[in-house]
Amino acid sequence: MLSFIAVLIDGTIYASWLFLVAAGLTVIYGVMRILNMAHGSFYAIGAYAAASAIGWYFSDGTGSAGMSFLLLIGCAIAAGLVVGTLVERGLLRFMYGRDEILMVIITYALLLILEDAMKLIWGVNPYFAYQPYTALGRSTIAGLKVSNYDLALIGVAVVVGLALWGWLERTNLGKILRAVIHDREVASAMGVNVRRMFFLTFIIGTTLGTLAGALTAPSISVVPGIGVEVIVLAFAVVVVGGLGSIEGAAVGALLLGLSRAMAVHFAPQFELFVIYGVMSLVLAIRPQGLFGRTLARKI
Amino acid sequence: MTPILETRGLNKTFGAVTAAKDLNVRINKGEIVGVIGANGAGKTTFINMVTGYLPPTSGEILMDGKAILGLAPRAITRAGLARSFQVAQLFPELTVLDNLVIALAAAESPHPSFLKPLRTKARVAKAEEILAEFKVAAYRDARVTAVPQGSRKLIDIAMAMIGNPKMLLLDEPTSGVSVDEKGDLMDTVMAAVRHHGLTVLFVEHDMDVVRRYVSRILAFYSGEIIADGPPDAVLADERVRELVTGHSDHKPAANAGAREGSSVA
Amino acid sequence: MRLDKTELALVGLAVLLLLGGMVAPGWLIFLVTIALAKALVVQGVVMQMKAGLVSFGQGLFYCVGGYAVGMGGPFLGISAGLVLLAIGVVAAVGLAMVLGLLLTRYREIFFAMLSLAFSMILYGVLVKSQELGSTDGFNVNNWTLLGQTIAGGETATHVVFLLTVVAAAVVAFLLHRYYRSSVGMTCEAIRENEVRVEYLGLSPRWIQYANYVAAAGVSALGGGLTALAAGHVDPDMAYWTTSGEFIFIALLGGTGSVLAPFLAAIVFSLVRTYAIEFVPHAWQMILGFTLLGIVVFLPKGLWSLFTRHRPEAPVVPAAPQKTSTGGAGA
Repeated sequence: MLSFIAVLIDGTIYASWLFLVAAGLTVIYGVMRILNMAHGSFYAIGAYAAASAIGWYFSDGTGSAGMSFLLLIGCAIAAGLVVGTLVERGLLRFMYGRDEILMVIITYALLLILEDAMKLIWGVNPYFAYQPYTALGRSTIAGLKVSNYDLALIGVAVVVGLALWGWLERTNLGKILRAVIHDREVASAMGVNVRRMFFLTFIIGTTLGTLAGALTAPSISVVPGIGVEVIVLAFAVVVVGGLGSIEGAAVGALLLGLSRAMAVHFAPQFELFVIYGVMSLVLAIRPQGLFGRTLARKI
Repeated sequence: MTPILETRGLNKTFGAVTAAKDLNVRINKGEIVGVIGANGAGKTTFINMVTGYLPPTSGEILMDGKAILGLAPRAITRAGLARSFQVAQLFPELTVLDNLVIALAAAESPHPSFLKPLRTKARVAKAEEILAEFKVAAYRDARVTAVPQGSRKLIDIAMAMIGNPKMLLLDEPTSGVSVDEKGDLMDTVMAAVRHHGLTVLFVEHDMDVVRRYVSRILAFYSGEIIADGPPDAVLADERVRELVTGHSDHKPAANAGAREGSSVA
Repeated sequence: MRLDKTELALVGLAVLLLLGGMVAPGWLIFLVTIALAKALVVQGVVMQMKAGLVSFGQGLFYCVGGYAVGMGGPFLGISAGLVLLAIGVVAAVGLAMVLGLLLTRYREIFFAMLSLAFSMILYGVLVKSQELGSTDGFNVNNWTLLGQTIAGGETATHVVFLLTVVAAAVVAFLLHRYYRSSVGMTCEAIRENEVRVEYLGLSPRWIQYANYVAAAGVSALGGGLTALAAGHVDPDMAYWTTSGEFIFIALLGGTGSVLAPFLAAIVFSLVRTYAIEFVPHAWQMILGFTLLGIVVFLPKGLWSLFTRHRPEAPVVPAAPQKTSTGGAGA
């Protein structure tokens, strides 16, 4: 029973993290049809930005936990805006309309560039930003000690998910975006500035990536290569859920998060196996993912 | 006589849309059948179902009296039912010659060889013969992307004929082709059809073209066949005049540029 | 048997390499050996690219081939190099025959992601299992070739070089034939238009399957030779960034010639050797910018620099299908 609760808690926390990491990836794919390999790098940039800001903020020994959370989020948004703008204006806008698979390769090139750019900016030594994590303390749930920061992450994931959903389903801009998702050409013919929607989407997606990184920074040591690890997990989430679907990403994150927690508790050697195993299984049964749409080719 | 192609009670619905309703068609050897109908009347859906690309919701499809429903398009092709496409389906980055040579090799065997060269002298000679027959020999070494629309359609039809099919389904052979090219294109195609003694069903919007070549017309309207018979009788039919040919003899332009790869709604 | 230009070039290059191996310094021989072995893995990537599929998980078969060599000694007590290589190829082919059943249903990014997932599964299993060497992997030492023990050092370097050059030449020769065969050309046709291939009466899926399995075997051979040359295998062989490197080399060379992956792999290895020495934190950046440059300016890879620039279409006489319109009766 205890381990069941532990699996549930661990799984939900991990799922929340997976969702945060994957949300931006699925938004960008949904609107732009770009499977962004560099999304993990955005995550890493967010983590580095947050870790250096937190380190600076607490460097004189003072500093309040409350401010540090604002700092985390502020850093994430700032980094997202800057990186998103640079990448979209400087690279992607010249590449629109190419094959999906070619976009994967282009964003892979971007990943390689950003990985080294981070090494040049932040060096190769680890950064830490544990203060916000420890400041929140721990709770005891059914006899298990759980970090409050991790629990808060669940709340953040829910808020981000609902905000994205509300934005897409309940606002005018969301309606326009859904039109772009449904049929880019028709939307364009009806006067939607598709390129502007792309820019906006990319900024939002990038910021979701940096936000995920910034929020993760307090619970990890920020080192080179974290983005490369994260991107394949994010892929698994969105592929399971159905590329481009927010609900899908949420369900995919839960499925993978709980599966992994189970593996960690009962068969730790399968920790990594289980994520890609579940992904392969879902794809074998439903190639378009749980919430994906199938497209047939018109001849 | 057993018809070459027969459908019995063929139905197809996409959600709330009925694309085919109780289609009963019998086509006999040697017939040249024209299919007319507005866009969305279910003509392409009919061809797609018959060739195994789309599963019908219900009904039967028989070829030479044998059920072919449920077979993959490749099996139906091998059984002798070939088709061409509204938008020519070729291998764009390969040369026209290679397009045909690949089709020739495919017709020879369903199990291609791993090490024997594809371009044998015999196949190349045969391909050149076909290119000449379809009057596209000038494009022998051009990539398909450099070939004009009308010639692409001819190559598309030529590839469909390569396996010596018993019956050929032509989906709008003249769509996307300029008005002055239509006549030549159809002459070339029909000359080849006669030369090989094929049974043909073709979809066409241009009533002049239809009248000139067919021995029988099927008129489609919103998934149903509303008339079936000799051209004069069908074209004189009140409902056909009202629902199919009434507005204009010209095909609306919208469909001509139907994009490859776009999704089926 | 008549040889064409590429085949003659292949034989010539192989002989040149072997002669060069007698005088070249050890480090260069080692570099070329690793490059050629990796190029074999890349050949597997190129085989699939020609059929329109981008595998982000070719490291799977590279790893299987390598681990067969690494584990054959301690687990099976086999030390014969050629047998170890063969075990790797057979294992990879067997694995591909299973995975291929599922993978050949997918195209485009789904194929890319699923192939990536499979290689990450292997990575995850290797990293987490102590019995399979965990993150340390295995050392490859004291293997034999035709009964002779290859102890390591200079001799080993030369022996593996010889083995790799011969293997690369044989595989390249076969691949060159394969690309012009019915299956090879049909792979290109599938890339161009799968629907048409189906309507020609062929099974695109079966052909993709055969191609996928063959590519796995070729890549595993590359993995095995890499293991013999490097004397070590570890789970990173299956990590997705390793597969990314193979895609990079494949795109760098292009799919224009069977020689291209070898050329690209050697260029790649040379540049990396110097880049890692002089600008260790900018090596990936160089790769990234190069990759963008290739995608934008040289979409057919380095090889397109060596081929004569042919015009897209020959000069065509006006309206070739123009003939009399009176021929056909109503």
